[in-house]
Amino acid sequence: MPEGITSRSYDVVVIGGGPAGLAAAIKAWEKGLRTLVVETRDRLGGIPLQCIHLGFGIHYFKEDLTGPEFVYRFIDKLIGTYIDYTVKSYVNKALYISPFEKKLEIITPRNTEVIETKTIIYTAGARERTRYEIGITGPNPAGIMTAGEAQTLMDMYGVMPGKKILIVGSGDVGLIMARRFVLEGAEVVGVVEILPYPSGLMRNVQQCLIDYGIPLLLSHMVTAVKQRDGRVSSAIVVEVDENFKPKPGTEQEIECDTIVIATGLRPRTKLLEELGARIDPRTKGPVVNEYYETTVPGVFAAGNALIINDYVDYAVEQGEIAAEAAAKYVSEKGIKIKKPVQVELGRNMRLIVPQILTLTNDALFYGRVAKPEENVWLIFRELGIQIPQLKVLPSIMIRQKIRLDKLEELIDSKLTIEVIPRG
Amino acid sequence: MARQVKKIICIVCPRGCEITVEIEDGEIKSIKGYTCPLGKKYAEKEVVNPERILMSVVKCINGDLPVVSVKTSKPIPLSMMKKASKALSDVSVEAPVKIGDKIIDNLLDLGVEVVATRPCNEERRAE
Repeated sequence: MPEGITSRSYDVVVIGGGPAGLAAAIKAWEKGLRTLVVETRDRLGGIPLQCIHLGFGIHYFKEDLTGPEFVYRFIDKLIGTYIDYTVKSYVNKALYISPFEKKLEIITPRNTEVIETKTIIYTAGARERTRYEIGITGPNPAGIMTAGEAQTLMDMYGVMPGKKILIVGSGDVGLIMARRFVLEGAEVVGVVEILPYPSGLMRNVQQCLIDYGIPLLLSHMVTAVKQRDGRVSSAIVVEVDENFKPKPGTEQEIECDTIVIATGLRPRTKLLEELGARIDPRTKGPVVNEYYETTVPGVFAAGNALIINDYVDYAVEQGEIAAEAAAKYVSEKGIKIKKPVQVELGRNMRLIVPQILTLTNDALFYGRVAKPEENVWLIFRELGIQIPQLKVLPSIMIRQKIRLDKLEELIDSKLTIEVIPRG
Repeated sequence: MARQVKKIICIVCPRGCEITVEIEDGEIKSIKGYTCPLGKKYAEKEVVNPERILMSVVKCINGDLPVVSVKTSKPIPLSMMKKASKALSDVSVEAPVKIGDKIIDNLLDLGVEVVATRPCNEERRAE
């Protein structure tokens, strides 16, 4: 289908045309829903378009693909359907009228459209944490940007962001960009990480830093940025103790012309909050049930807007679950609750989705532990389920499906998920 | 007797196993810490001749984006990565480009192709 909004009313509007949104739209269309995808950028695909490295699709396609190769499998499929989509378009307002009527005001390059929809799948992804959120205040010279911005510049538009680059944060995006900078001829003077261990995957530490001899400064932070003629000229870096307090006398000035902030992502939730959805202070995304339905009936979330994921494959999986749920919502006039269950965090669990259960569907849990441990049980306490885990790490998501027939055995109105040492 | 212990981090999958390889007189004596056959194979290769797939961008003329993303069809020696990347900075292609299109036949005589990983459509001109 060519681009455009062809109707005044839809069964589902997918907000965000990245991997979660594309997968959701295709699944919704397969289930017979009238579907519209709204994307703010000038093309479908989302962030994988600029992730030119491999590592996508190992779970979903059983192939190791680059970001664009992965996401174009979905785009090509979508283009062959009657799914409506509109790019360079922005949902300016969302209004909940009733369980089966939501109104959206969409600004497109052509006009402003007001449309009705029965359900919404919110897949607007995440935003990057900024310098201010990690305490780098002060002047704002040229040369300070997030890792994603640097990636857009280089790998979408072919523009080098700098020559001598300091990276703050050792998440995967930061590590991947360190290698890109070096291969494009820049010098990466270091990767500064406040934690005593890298926050990205060890394989990225190997193939992005160790391969090129890039220094990784663990238990370090940037306290100030200096400038010359309106451009970054150096950063003040200091070692920190176990309470993240600067150690006196460890200050060093590192010369650089660019500072790249790679300190993690936060789900984008503005529109969900406007609709009245409850936000989980731990995931920073919406509170959802096992359909990934938010606390607003018929409004679903998937991908990084729901929970910050390790793999794009998970975002796709969540999009498909949300789309199946939207189809059920439309055909069965809402998601029924058999028994409301609260999911609670026990020992060494930092966050989890879903946070509530209706006990009418299988539940696919995604969570993160608070601290690294070896030889543990992952326990669903009130169900008496325990699953052995060799190693748990905050940087590696726990993904565990519990089938409905198991969940139905639940007598309590809560389910505690915890990690307990074995033996 | 030249005895050497090399510690490497496996990059085959996100698990990131730490593998220890014991080498004596240039021969692998033991490999420990891998958790799958691919990891063992990776470790054997990594201690002798580490190789990586190169991913980069090349200029795209008259495209709807100024660059198109590319990768080598097979891994190349790690020691050649910077040189190969530099060679790609002189390369340009003309839009349209499709995923899988061959950009270079034989990169620096390494016996690998360079293929496009992102489409680049012809720029739409303002009417």
